[in-house]
Amino acid sequence: MTRVKITIDGNEAAAHVAYRVSEVIAIYPITPSSPMGELSDAWSATDVKNIWGTVPSVTEMQSEGGAAGAVHGALQTGALTTTFTASQGLFLMIPNMYKIAGELTPAVFHVSARSIAAAALSIFGDHSDVMSTRQTGFGLMCSGSVQEVMDLALITHAATLESRIPFVHFFDGFRTSHEVIKIEQLDDDDIRAMIDDKFVNEFKGRALTPDHPVLRGTAQNPDVYFQGRETVNKFYNACPSIVQAQMDKFAKLTGRKYKLFDYFGAPDAKRIVIMMGSGAETAEETVEYLTAQMEEKVGLIKVRLYRPFSIEHLLAALPKTVEKISVLDRTKEPGSIGEPLYLDVVTAITESMNSKNPHFNKMPVVVGGRYGLSSKEFTPTMVKAVFDNLKAVEPKNHFTIGIVDDVTNTNLQFDPNFVIERDDVVRCLFYGLGADGTVGANKNSIKIIGEETENFAQGYFVYDSKKSGSTTVSHLRFGKRPIRSTYLIQTARFVGCHQFNLLEKFDVLGNIVDGGTFLLNSPYSKNETWDKIPNKVQQQIIDKKLKLYVIDGYTVANNTGMGGRVNTIMQTCFFAISGILPKEEAIEQIKISIKKTYGIKGEDIVRKNYEAVDQTLENLFEINVPEKATSTIELPPIVSDKAPEYVKNVLSKIIAGEGDDVKVSEMPVDGTFPLSTTKWEKRNIALDVPEWDSEWCIQCGKCALVCPHAAIRIKVYDKENIKSAPQSFKHMDAKGKEFPDGYAYTIQVAVEDCTGCELCVEVCPAKNKKETRLKALNMVSQIPIREQEKINFDYFLELPEIDRRLVNTSLIKSNQLLEPLFEFSGACSGCGETPYVKLVSQLFGDRTIVANATGCSSIYGGNLPTTPWATNKDGRGPAWSNSLFEDNAEFGMGMRLSIDKQTQFAKELLAKLKDIIGSELVDAILTAEQKDEAGIYEQRERVTKLKSILEKNNSIDGKKLLEAADFLVKKSVWIIGGDGWAYDIGYGGLDHVLASGKNVNILVLDTEVYSNTGGQMSKATGMGAVAKFAAAGKPTAKKDLSMMAMNYGNVYVAKVAMGSNDAHTVRAFLEAEAYDGPSLIIAYSHCIAHGINISKGLEHQKLAVDSGYWPLFRYNPENTKEGKNPLKLDSKAPKIKLEDYIYRETRYKMLTKSHPKEAKELLTSAQEEVLKRWKLYEQMAIIDYSNNGNEKEEKAN
Amino acid sequence: MDLSTNYMGLKLKNPIVPSASPLSNNVDNVKKMEDAGAAAVVVYSLFEEQITHESGELDHYLAYGTESYAEAINYFPEQESFNLTPVQYLDHIANLKKAVDIPIIGSLNGVSSGGWVKYARNIEQAGADALELNIYYVAANPNLNSLEIEKTYVDVLKEVKKNVKIPVAMKLSPFFTSMSSIAKGLDEAGADALVLFNRFYQPDFDLEKLEVVPNLVLSTNWEMRLPLRWIAILYGNLKSSLGATSGIHTHEDVIKIMMAGGDVAMMASELLVNGIGRISEIIKGIERWMEENEYKSIDMMKGSMSQKKIAQPAAFERANYMKLLQSYKTIL
Repeated sequence: MTRVKITIDGNEAAAHVAYRVSEVIAIYPITPSSPMGELSDAWSATDVKNIWGTVPSVTEMQSEGGAAGAVHGALQTGALTTTFTASQGLFLMIPNMYKIAGELTPAVFHVSARSIAAAALSIFGDHSDVMSTRQTGFGLMCSGSVQEVMDLALITHAATLESRIPFVHFFDGFRTSHEVIKIEQLDDDDIRAMIDDKFVNEFKGRALTPDHPVLRGTAQNPDVYFQGRETVNKFYNACPSIVQAQMDKFAKLTGRKYKLFDYFGAPDAKRIVIMMGSGAETAEETVEYLTAQMEEKVGLIKVRLYRPFSIEHLLAALPKTVEKISVLDRTKEPGSIGEPLYLDVVTAITESMNSKNPHFNKMPVVVGGRYGLSSKEFTPTMVKAVFDNLKAVEPKNHFTIGIVDDVTNTNLQFDPNFVIERDDVVRCLFYGLGADGTVGANKNSIKIIGEETENFAQGYFVYDSKKSGSTTVSHLRFGKRPIRSTYLIQTARFVGCHQFNLLEKFDVLGNIVDGGTFLLNSPYSKNETWDKIPNKVQQQIIDKKLKLYVIDGYTVANNTGMGGRVNTIMQTCFFAISGILPKEEAIEQIKISIKKTYGIKGEDIVRKNYEAVDQTLENLFEINVPEKATSTIELPPIVSDKAPEYVKNVLSKIIAGEGDDVKVSEMPVDGTFPLSTTKWEKRNIALDVPEWDSEWCIQCGKCALVCPHAAIRIKVYDKENIKSAPQSFKHMDAKGKEFPDGYAYTIQVAVEDCTGCELCVEVCPAKNKKETRLKALNMVSQIPIREQEKINFDYFLELPEIDRRLVNTSLIKSNQLLEPLFEFSGACSGCGETPYVKLVSQLFGDRTIVANATGCSSIYGGNLPTTPWATNKDGRGPAWSNSLFEDNAEFGMGMRLSIDKQTQFAKELLAKLKDIIGSELVDAILTAEQKDEAGIYEQRERVTKLKSILEKNNSIDGKKLLEAADFLVKKSVWIIGGDGWAYDIGYGGLDHVLASGKNVNILVLDTEVYSNTGGQMSKATGMGAVAKFAAAGKPTAKKDLSMMAMNYGNVYVAKVAMGSNDAHTVRAFLEAEAYDGPSLIIAYSHCIAHGINISKGLEHQKLAVDSGYWPLFRYNPENTKEGKNPLKLDSKAPKIKLEDYIYRETRYKMLTKSHPKEAKELLTSAQEEVLKRWKLYEQMAIIDYSNNGNEKEEKAN
Repeated sequence: MDLSTNYMGLKLKNPIVPSASPLSNNVDNVKKMEDAGAAAVVVYSLFEEQITHESGELDHYLAYGTESYAEAINYFPEQESFNLTPVQYLDHIANLKKAVDIPIIGSLNGVSSGGWVKYARNIEQAGADALELNIYYVAANPNLNSLEIEKTYVDVLKEVKKNVKIPVAMKLSPFFTSMSSIAKGLDEAGADALVLFNRFYQPDFDLEKLEVVPNLVLSTNWEMRLPLRWIAILYGNLKSSLGATSGIHTHEDVIKIMMAGGDVAMMASELLVNGIGRISEIIKGIERWMEENEYKSIDMMKGSMSQKKIAQPAAFERANYMKLLQSYKTIL
């Protein structure tokens, strides 16, 4: 039977099978597993049926814990159920996994295995998560390639039904889950053939039903619990053979043979490696090479069924000639004797050697090692190093491979020049920007090559950790033989650089082979281009004798209406130069794929792309490479010489893409990093930046307030300071009574840090009266002013900061003089969240501790290489930490409890030592109100004085107080996170913290979707909005979190939208912080996931408020003390229709195109809901509190 | 009493035709128009520019930010298909045809020559009884002279006529140096009707924000004078039917247009402000007036006050001020 060949990734391969054999799917998004759930949802939404002819029901839950609970319930009531997850998500499922396994319930969880968060979070792949489920009773099945994912997914589903043992089927996150490769697709007949309805019926027969009820889930006592646990043994004993039988059945069906432990290599191998996952593919490739080319007696065992672990099957796979074994684990268990697979193998072999019939004549040497944590590269040279280690008389044990561990010297050495890539596989590298569509084009190319030619094809894509101006590197391989290389391309025959300025940022030609082809997208003409290439790159081109092709893709894109997207153009160039397909055929295929990709968006888009293809070839030129490098352009340093040592020595390597070279000794032992590091990473990503025209400036401060990246700064300072200013440094007289005469005012743009979002220009209210298209801020090209403004910004930073006591914090024009202690983050250009975060840092940063939920804000706030939280000149600044996604409110509350305790202790000691310290100072400290900046300043002065007294005191109490003295200055705890956290996964904790009465400030950055994981619906999503898991529009209204919080009565609650009323936002932040109890601020945060022109984000906020969808208000329980209503509505009654707001956003508008009928109905309901809620708020706001409770008492009396 | 009229080959029971406006977005409204007595309806315009923009917007925002960041490869769920504006418009035409018996006239504003033809065909296939080409164009380009512009109008019409069988009307603006000449050119090119005149929304300034703002002003009664004059001048000189639009609010307005030589009187502002029910009041008004003034049919009055049939044909060609002076002299 001929099956369809498709090019897909591992996630799709798993979902393809899981969906077809399930009736219920309950999921929660988590990287890198989210696409499995999203695909299932998309199929369900378009009525794709399972093999029994019904459409599976796909439901997004509030957390993985919730998903696991729902899976458990669905299984118990007889629905074939699956879920998809990874990492922390899998952790949250563990309690239910014990239950599901304990009850012998067939199920398969598909897991794209990912690192777990320890000292740091990582989204990338290793086996730390699945290894944490070994003890649950779930079977563990591992796939090492995309084809295996599809095959073993099916085998696992078949085996679970027969064996009753539930399984985790896992594969490596990103390396397998996101690798696009050509595979053979299993069709519905294959799936039907493997799934035996007899076992399905038996499973359903055990289900809970009132028609023949049973009771499951009892509580047991010491007398029988133990025996009960032992009842399952026979099922576990039988399981490996059942799995093998299913594998054999599958082999008959498809020809692809699998064993529980598959052996590859010399039949008489002496040295072998045992491992599982994608790394085993590379190991197989290397074993092939070592046995064939170097005649080494080596071999490899790929572990497929890891639990239940079958010693019998392992031994059967092991050649008896084996003398030494290296077991590789892709996980880390600190404090253990060794990692789990190693321990299992040692135990298995020891048991055999202790038995009557030992498998080997002599006990082999078994060593264990760790590799590939967090998708660390695992290459053939590393495999060779592992084998070479076994040549030693006493091979190194408990080693690491792939890193330099210069602390405990665990690592094996490897030869970086040992490369086994052969020319029968074409290897191509492409450097591009996320925004230019490079990855999309390459995915398309892989599809064309994989599906339209006989070639095997593989694509893997490396993304940036920044969300703005992010770069991408695409790794494409194709050739006539199957591709097993599960590592990045080491030697490329073709390199495409789709953005000219990347030549300055990366060693783009570092991996190209001699005589290779280099395609460069250049904004210069074919004659100018050579001279514009940096000298070092010119030299590489000459030395490596490269063929150089150049295209001005930007001009072609502009001429054909493609804007900044050069994807189609560069793809056409690639096919034209590489000759993979005859040119005409390639162009035809590109056009077919354009039609497929863009057809549903309208003919004009297809036409533009066609035109781009047609115009490309006329503009593609081969350049004759001169003999000498003549360019005067030198590569800029990665970071400034002025940077601190740690930045220069370590972080700069990560910035340069050489983080793999960072040694263990260079990493902090406990995940602790210094602040203020983003300022050293000058990214220069904006083509246009704002320029200040002081003639029209009204000094309102709004530009600095809304800047998401703190790239526009304001200072007021004594004019004396500007005597030494650079010539082009701009200033004007400071306006306002609060500043003394002779003070100057400057707005300075950090042009190298600006992302060019234009929010500042949009918000600027000051028009140039002579030319109304201009304002006091105007976008200009960055390059011509870069050098000059670099100098000006450095000079600006040297100017003294404002004395915080002079600032009227409630006025924007005044509080924007406060130094931002959150700067230059990697957030999206125009981010709607970061202005709020930055405001916290300005108003309270020098005394703030931040608990940050996982999500966008933890990524732009804490992703290496550089981080945005910063210190002021006194070294003070926000102390920041991220615990988890689900526990952030509790994490922050713990911080509060700790601070309160230590403050209380300090106060107790203060009272105790009153005689020594002096009652005047003690009383002053104890009674200080610290209500404003002046109060804080004065308290700091007192504490300094106290410390100087205590330094001379040697008593135990004195020393203790010295330690705790800083707690006497007020500390502000901010609990920050997105709506996914606050409304969904963290809501239970949030609710508890609100109820606790503790003085914490909770800032919810509400983008109304899970932005960080790609726009999945949360309970904050508005009715009618399209999001993942709400493809037909969210049918229910946004959860009214603020109303729920107000119900407590003692919680300060504010709903703000900076773009609608910035003064209101500031007021709410100040009041929330001042309120001595829990405060909740819900902040409207526009987001690229809304499908809007981000430069108009503030306008969208205004529309949301004007429509009544997002009422602005403050609920301050303090007001009740004065007999006032605590709720103050700060925005007016709806003055525009809801549709005039929502249909400006793609998330809503697209529903009118994809589901017109539903859109209409949902709009009507959503409009009604808005008016209903407004009315409710309005009524709440007019309740008379003047007699607050007294009336009742009087009556009672 | 016979109110019927013939408009570009369509036999209409009376001359009242609601012109293209947001009212026709809704099938129920069009039903109400029919119930109130409207003889035909011109549906709101399909704008090619809007179609292109909509495609571009969808493509841009669905792709924006994608393939940039490992955790969020994209931001929206895949959709099987999008019911884009042309499809929605054509479905709407088809639905209207099902819902009412009166003729449905599609309206199209194109940009590219391919677009004009393609969408004209689509509208015909969707079942429209006729098509109005809504050439909404402000001639701001100094490098385009009047001849070139006029040629574009004629070329568009010819292309469309070549490709559709239903009658085609040209809705024109009054900003031509020689209205008679362009009218003749279009007539010769096969226009089945000329609709006079399109009103441009004139932008306004917001003095506080120093911004140019769109300002929708509904027509007022006096604006009817312009089509009235030109219909009177053109009547009898062309094969094309003549439709009047702009400023028609009352039954007297309709009667005047008929007397000038118009075949239909189109209205939108009146219905937007005072409701669709105005149609029946206006029809009653016409009937009453005809009865009082002893007109048996619309045909009887059609063109009776046109330039060809009035005592002083020059009245239509001179500026009003001159005419007044002359009348004064005559009295003397």
